[in-house]
Amino acid sequence: MNNIEISNIRKTYQGKTGVTIALDDVSLSINGNELFGLIGPDGAGKTSLFRILTTVLLPDSGSASVCGADIVKDFQYIRNISGYMPGRFSLYPDLSVEENLNFFATIFNTTIEENYDLIRDIYVQLEPFKTRRAGKLSGGMKQKLALCCALIHKPNVLFLDEPTTGVDPVSRKEFWEMLKRLKNSGITILVSTPYMDEAMMCDRIALIQEGKILLIEQPADVAKGFGRKLYSARADNMYQLLIDLRAYDAIADCFAFGHTHHFTVKNELTNPDVIADYLREKMHTNLDIIEIAPGIEDCFMQLMRR
Amino acid sequence: MRNQIRQLVEFIRKEFYHIIRDPRSMLVLLGMPIVQIILFGFAITTEIRNSSIAILDNARDDATQNIISRMENSQYFSIQKDLINNDQVYTAFKTGKIKMAVVFEPGFAENLKHNNKAKVQILTDGSDPNNAVTLTNYASSIILDYQASYNQMQALPMAIETEMRMLYNPRLKGIYSSVPGVMGLILLLISAMMTSIAIVKEKEMGTMEVLLVSPVKPWLVVISKTVPYFALSLINVATILLLSVYVMGMPVMGNVILLFGVSTLYIFCSLALGIFISTNTSTQQAAMLASIMGLMLPVMLLSGYMFPVANMPVVLQVISNIIPAKWYIIMVKSIMIKGLGIGSIWKEILILNGMTLFFLLISIKRYKIRLS
Amino acid sequence: MEQTIIEVRNLTKQFGDFKAVNSISFDVRKGEIFGFLGANGAGKTTAMKMLIGISIPSAGEAKVAGFDVYKETEQIKKNIGYMSQKFSLYDDLTVRENITLFAGIYGLTDTEIAARTVELTNRLGIADEADKLVASLPLGWKQKLAFSIAVIHNPKIVFLDEPTGGVDPITRRQFWDMIYAAAAEGITVFVTTHYMDEAEYCNRVSIMVDGVIKALDSPARLMQQYNAKSMEEVFIILARGAKRSDN
Repeated sequence: MNNIEISNIRKTYQGKTGVTIALDDVSLSINGNELFGLIGPDGAGKTSLFRILTTVLLPDSGSASVCGADIVKDFQYIRNISGYMPGRFSLYPDLSVEENLNFFATIFNTTIEENYDLIRDIYVQLEPFKTRRAGKLSGGMKQKLALCCALIHKPNVLFLDEPTTGVDPVSRKEFWEMLKRLKNSGITILVSTPYMDEAMMCDRIALIQEGKILLIEQPADVAKGFGRKLYSARADNMYQLLIDLRAYDAIADCFAFGHTHHFTVKNELTNPDVIADYLREKMHTNLDIIEIAPGIEDCFMQLMRR
Repeated sequence: MRNQIRQLVEFIRKEFYHIIRDPRSMLVLLGMPIVQIILFGFAITTEIRNSSIAILDNARDDATQNIISRMENSQYFSIQKDLINNDQVYTAFKTGKIKMAVVFEPGFAENLKHNNKAKVQILTDGSDPNNAVTLTNYASSIILDYQASYNQMQALPMAIETEMRMLYNPRLKGIYSSVPGVMGLILLLISAMMTSIAIVKEKEMGTMEVLLVSPVKPWLVVISKTVPYFALSLINVATILLLSVYVMGMPVMGNVILLFGVSTLYIFCSLALGIFISTNTSTQQAAMLASIMGLMLPVMLLSGYMFPVANMPVVLQVISNIIPAKWYIIMVKSIMIKGLGIGSIWKEILILNGMTLFFLLISIKRYKIRLS
Repeated sequence: MEQTIIEVRNLTKQFGDFKAVNSISFDVRKGEIFGFLGANGAGKTTAMKMLIGISIPSAGEAKVAGFDVYKETEQIKKNIGYMSQKFSLYDDLTVRENITLFAGIYGLTDTEIAARTVELTNRLGIADEADKLVASLPLGWKQKLAFSIAVIHNPKIVFLDEPTGGVDPITRRQFWDMIYAAAAEGITVFVTTHYMDEAEYCNRVSIMVDGVIKALDSPARLMQQYNAKSMEEVFIILARGAKRSDN
């Protein structure tokens, strides 16, 4: 019942520099009680999609429903049952933690006590700072407070637009653990992120780029679509290694990936030992080349280049 | 319904927090009227005292002596009488010793008696036009005074021209015209500018997005934004009136309750204007600019606060009619200075009511339940 | 390679009772890519502000490009480049105007500016867009352009404050290619980031927790030391114990 259906949504903006297509014929079906990730860089159209689903923006064409309610006709109903955390954590910086929470509880016709169970895990971390002004909280704390505010009325659906952007890895990890727990309590969650590694935490993900959905898949299945051999290489001088790999004829693509470089070859039959020999000739030391399973980021980059 | 009242109360509380927690802005909002009244009352007064003037009395008869002594006693002028010819008048102007010269024609009293007409020339330093106009007004009012008393003893009266302003402000005190003006300006500033900025700020911070996605009714958001500024405006009305009565010595001739009534109406009109501005702008900067260019300047220039409407070109006179402050200032002057009752200002009340309704209606029409 | 370009000794910044940066000491070597990591509120930004000469330390010493952070902030500013995620270019100026403006600020001559504009736009592949408003460029291009402009005056050090936030993975890597190239030319790179894979591109990284530097070494050695498979794990081990998560 708590599902989200999106069909053929299109949205354009008329700007100073011409027409921008924010969403280009986007269709998506999100099941009830699913933790669904919308993954893509800035400007991919994530925020536009969130605004359309939360009824604050009208699409140019196409239709969508949240929990069976139409986003245009039944917008009032959707506003009652949705929790929304916009890209910038929308809190009042001059109100304290407690005042912010109280305020949002009131406008949703509820009280902190009524749904305390739902936010308890998060709120206990905020409680020591409850008289502090929201503007004086760190990124991680603001994010938790914004989540509490979005949850305070026990919504059926939670829309989180880039909740982890600019937040350090520890807070991010904690945040995703919270989302898992919320999902288990029966809430449908649509969350967007520019961090590819966070995709693994979702039930399903959609990759979005320039207003188009590139792929909808369970994270574990994304790699299956890669369809090529992927190698990882490392050596002492990583920058020289990158230059030499790119200069080599048999290499299709090569990118830095953490402490290694990932590359694909033009001809699947190319023996990696040949590449290793070439690199040793180039005086690389401690060279290590192995075939690896592609990750989400590898797949996304491959899809982007198509 | 109960829920909505609770929402409204909570909302208004929040708005008060925003204002109270920004002490600098609050100080400006509450201090501004005080500073303005004191500035206009004491420092930037249009009143003139002991201005040096010269008198060239070519008649030296009863009539001229009478007028000169009236001038001497007026406190406005400090007279240097020792002039005997026109050349001296020009020299005195050139050296900057005097601001005005009064020249009586020879046989002044005779002419008055036999021709019912006598000539007096008033020369002023046109390089300071405001001052010159004021001095001329003072001098001519003294001469008219004399004529009035002279006419009482006379069988054939002379036609006397007087200005409206003199009728109700015989001592030409600057404060009389600045109090209504300051009220018109301050209330507009607080109600319209601050309200529009407060609403637009929510848009800018992104909190409006969350409010839109909540069940809260948009009108409730807007109403609660206006309440604190309404309260602040009323405080300012009280402050200005107390200051003008007890510090500046300008009494309220009419009904104080009526004065508060029309002020409330004007505040409503300004709040409606503020809401209207907020529906048309999306950044605090734009709202501020719109308020200053669209509200403050017209009030200062066209409402009759600084320059009399009657002296403006016809086009500007017509434009001045759409400025709410003009009507409010007329009402305040009527109540405070002339002591008139509601019967004399019903037209202005109707006009302001109409304007308020108009701004509210287009704001409601333009109010967006969605972004852009 | 062993020449020190940033030297920090017991650097402290105190706001009231609160020590935002609590006596940190480290060296950055000439030509290296130095990753400056930390949790939100750990004091990274405060420390960086002191190093780029816009905030005077409460105590301790630091030399940047040989200049003192107390007395020679003007010289420091001439010798460094700076790019932050929040502000980098003027959206309402064209690419050429932005280049001219920043090059002019750093005292390049008109002929130098003209030459560098051609070279820079060609290298970035945006020669055709040189007279377009920056607002019309995709985010990735803007970031790359911003970096190029930050090093237009050949600074000794370039400070990058979360330069790749929100950028797509390909552009992010192209961005790092540029960082590598700058480092190969001898420009020292001092960078903060929340992407832990990017930390692994650095020659050395420091991790700040609660105002102090908890670890400083090459990514490989840190991973070995903490028995971790990635820098993310190292970071989480170190920062999980953070007491303060507020500024």
